[in-house]
Amino acid sequence: MTNNNAAPLLELKNIQKDFFGNQVLTDINLTIRPGEVIGLVGENGAGKSTLMRILFGANMISETGGYGGEVVLDGQTVHFNSPFDAIAAGIGMVHQEFSLIPGFTATENILLNREPVRKSVLAGVFGDRMNTLKRSEMDERAANAIELMGVEIDRNMVVSDMPVGHKQFTEIARELSKEQLKLLILDEPTAVLTEKEAEALLESIRGMSKRGIAIIFITHRLQEILNVCDRVAVMRDGRVVSEVAASETDIPQITRWMVGREVSADAARGKEEDKADRFADAPTILKIEKLWVDMPGETVRNVNLEVKKGEILGIGGLAGQGKLGIPNGIMGLYQAGGKVTFEGQEIPLNAPRKCLDASFAFVSEDRRGVGLLLDESLEWNVAFPAMQIQDKFLKNYLGGLVKWRDDAAIKEVTDKYIRELAIKCTSSRQKAKELSGGNQQKVCLAKAFALAPKMLFVSEPTRGIDVGAKALVLDALKRFNRENGVTIVVVSSELEELRQVSDRIAMVSGGKISGILPASASTEELGALMLSQVI
Amino acid sequence: MKTTKKFDLRSTLRSSSVPLLFILICAVCIPISGLSPSYLINEITTRMGRNAFLILSLLIPIMAGMGLNFGMTLGAMAGEIALIFTADWQIIGIPGMILAMILSVPISVVLGLFCGKILNMAKGREMITSYIISYFINGVYQLVVLYLMGSVIPIKHSTIKLPRGYGIRNTVSLLSMRQKLDNLIPLTIAGVKIPVATFLVILLLCLVIVWFRRTKLGQDMRAVGQDMEVARDAGINVERTRILSIVISTVLAGIGMVIYLQNMGNIATYSSHSQIGMFCIAALLVGGASVDKASIGNVFLGVILFHTMFIVAPKAGAYITGDSMIGEYFRVFVSYAVITVALIMYETNKRRAKADQGAQLAKAQEEEA
Repeated sequence: MTNNNAAPLLELKNIQKDFFGNQVLTDINLTIRPGEVIGLVGENGAGKSTLMRILFGANMISETGGYGGEVVLDGQTVHFNSPFDAIAAGIGMVHQEFSLIPGFTATENILLNREPVRKSVLAGVFGDRMNTLKRSEMDERAANAIELMGVEIDRNMVVSDMPVGHKQFTEIARELSKEQLKLLILDEPTAVLTEKEAEALLESIRGMSKRGIAIIFITHRLQEILNVCDRVAVMRDGRVVSEVAASETDIPQITRWMVGREVSADAARGKEEDKADRFADAPTILKIEKLWVDMPGETVRNVNLEVKKGEILGIGGLAGQGKLGIPNGIMGLYQAGGKVTFEGQEIPLNAPRKCLDASFAFVSEDRRGVGLLLDESLEWNVAFPAMQIQDKFLKNYLGGLVKWRDDAAIKEVTDKYIRELAIKCTSSRQKAKELSGGNQQKVCLAKAFALAPKMLFVSEPTRGIDVGAKALVLDALKRFNRENGVTIVVVSSELEELRQVSDRIAMVSGGKISGILPASASTEELGALMLSQVI
Repeated sequence: MKTTKKFDLRSTLRSSSVPLLFILICAVCIPISGLSPSYLINEITTRMGRNAFLILSLLIPIMAGMGLNFGMTLGAMAGEIALIFTADWQIIGIPGMILAMILSVPISVVLGLFCGKILNMAKGREMITSYIISYFINGVYQLVVLYLMGSVIPIKHSTIKLPRGYGIRNTVSLLSMRQKLDNLIPLTIAGVKIPVATFLVILLLCLVIVWFRRTKLGQDMRAVGQDMEVARDAGINVERTRILSIVISTVLAGIGMVIYLQNMGNIATYSSHSQIGMFCIAALLVGGASVDKASIGNVFLGVILFHTMFIVAPKAGAYITGDSMIGEYFRVFVSYAVITVALIMYETNKRRAKADQGAQLAKAQEEEA
């Protein structure tokens, strides 16, 4: 397939990117020849997406200050200011989320905004958009693109009626119908496909590569990489940590490259204590049976899980595998089904109030949307749920007929949490939206703590906050667990963080629990579970 | 396979529940009203000619995903202003109508641009926004017609001016234009007078709409209507496309208003336009359209059903209760009720689609186990 002597199609030279001082890509060098298939793998947050955005000219890159280094395409240095520039230069990208018009047929989608037209009289007066579409030619061009892909799909079927696989193929056919296409970026194209469809896709990747189209193939399914790619590039923490021919490596080695960091001191300490054992005899406080959750992009399928009283259970996994769906579904934020039992009592699903009444609390991953009242003071943010749900911080008059806010008590408790969690603010009356991300996260925790829950769900507690705040947030969670005996479920995509804070770690893969290990388990073991059933 | 078929039948019933309900109401009311079939058919034919053009003007914004264009009232006002001028200039008959249509276009375009620009700032809330815009522009219209016409804008003839010397009278007579288009090609079949020329104009508009759907702009509008983000990613100028759909709708509404008023034979200066949007939208919905889907068929079915009810309900009401006001009340009540029901159904259908997704997930899990 590959001709090592051919002139490179694309060269990335010393690509650097930082988001406001936060370095996400460092010295990326990558060369791609025509017809070559390169597999790009790495954990979430390793920098794959950012790299592809630079290559595809995404607006967010220029909006955040551009990038360093050089992109050389066909021997010429290029700098794309928008995806349209990239497309014109012959780069195509199939995104993880579908970019299709649901009520259009495959043909209409493949040629969206590039339809061949027939001149009409009115076009002279009202402009080109009054030309009529040439349906027959559209059909022909769509058929050609589908044939090029080598997969059979019905080009007259409306997208909303299609199985997921065909939607994916429609997207690929759209890229292929662009005559200038030289390089195709596939961002986890097999994530939504059945095994058979994925096989067909791999076959079509081979076909496209034979026709001279170079492909960057991003996936978490490592076997596919080994099956179809010429070379594998592994990214970790914004660097390409290794780049080898696919024939010279294997899955365990790639996994090690992907997750292999220094084992932190904290996790090592965990080994000595052997935390998991402490809860071996503890009673089960929360039992989840056959849970499904319809959370877009985080679908949960058939999850069975038992949480022991007093432990911190970590739930890990790659983005899109369903780990976020578990707490969101139990708390009633997305439609869910199955059975959840807490202290022997069944908790009805799809009823947020019932969960709160059962002394559950939830710190959402969507801080600004779900977590905070952005325009209100810290006092209100901390006290509001407790006031609404448990009638705390209220003074009763006339035998409870009239309830007044107890502002003094609210101030007291807010000040207490500001102290304990070291929230940086001017006063307890400052508005929540004026705080930094890390401090907002602490306010979210304070809010949950003020409810004095028996069971606390924390979702992505350290997303988007800096290292210092991270340690504080994790410490606060641990302290809350140890001092008050509260059972905590922490959901996070960062393995290292889970190992620091949890007693046991459940790994979610393909919407299901793929296994539960003590926090002292090795990175390789956890990584294997993380990737085991990826869909 | 069997289950899917059954489900389909249910969903068709669900989606056409509004027209079915109206067929039922008409079937009950027609015999009670005691109106003769020839009278009824005559009335419906007249109203079809009068209203169909206006209702057709609603189709394009629905195609562009902007919902029911309550802002069509803006076009109606443009049509009225144009007619006031032609009445003052005493250009009569068909030439007067054509001049009024031509005059209404620039006014409609300006109003449509304004409305479209604002609706682009209120994506997802187009209907309520266009509804309020129509009130706002109604205020501007009153300023122009009540104070500026005759004082700043020259109006020659005192017959259409208020006695105080400026401002337009409550009613402007269009006697010289009355039913000129309807009677241009006279035809009476079995006692039913058919406004052939008007129907030809409506047919022409239908053909234009069918053709428009096949143009690049029509395709872009459908794309924008279904998913703005995807359309934008494909390089379609979403904002411009949406504004164009509103401009086209407003222009068509202006022309439709001229046809409507030539049939009526006079302009109720301060009220002709005020309920026209409401009644047109109600008729379209009665015809089985929804907020995101409407066809030419919906327009004609809607005109027939809605106006049959309009004609027979007062009579039937008077027969049952002995009070003719009850029917009058009934038809206004029904118009609002239909719109409310359509809006609620739009929301519940969206929610149901979501619930169905969940049920599928649960089923898939069961099958797996």
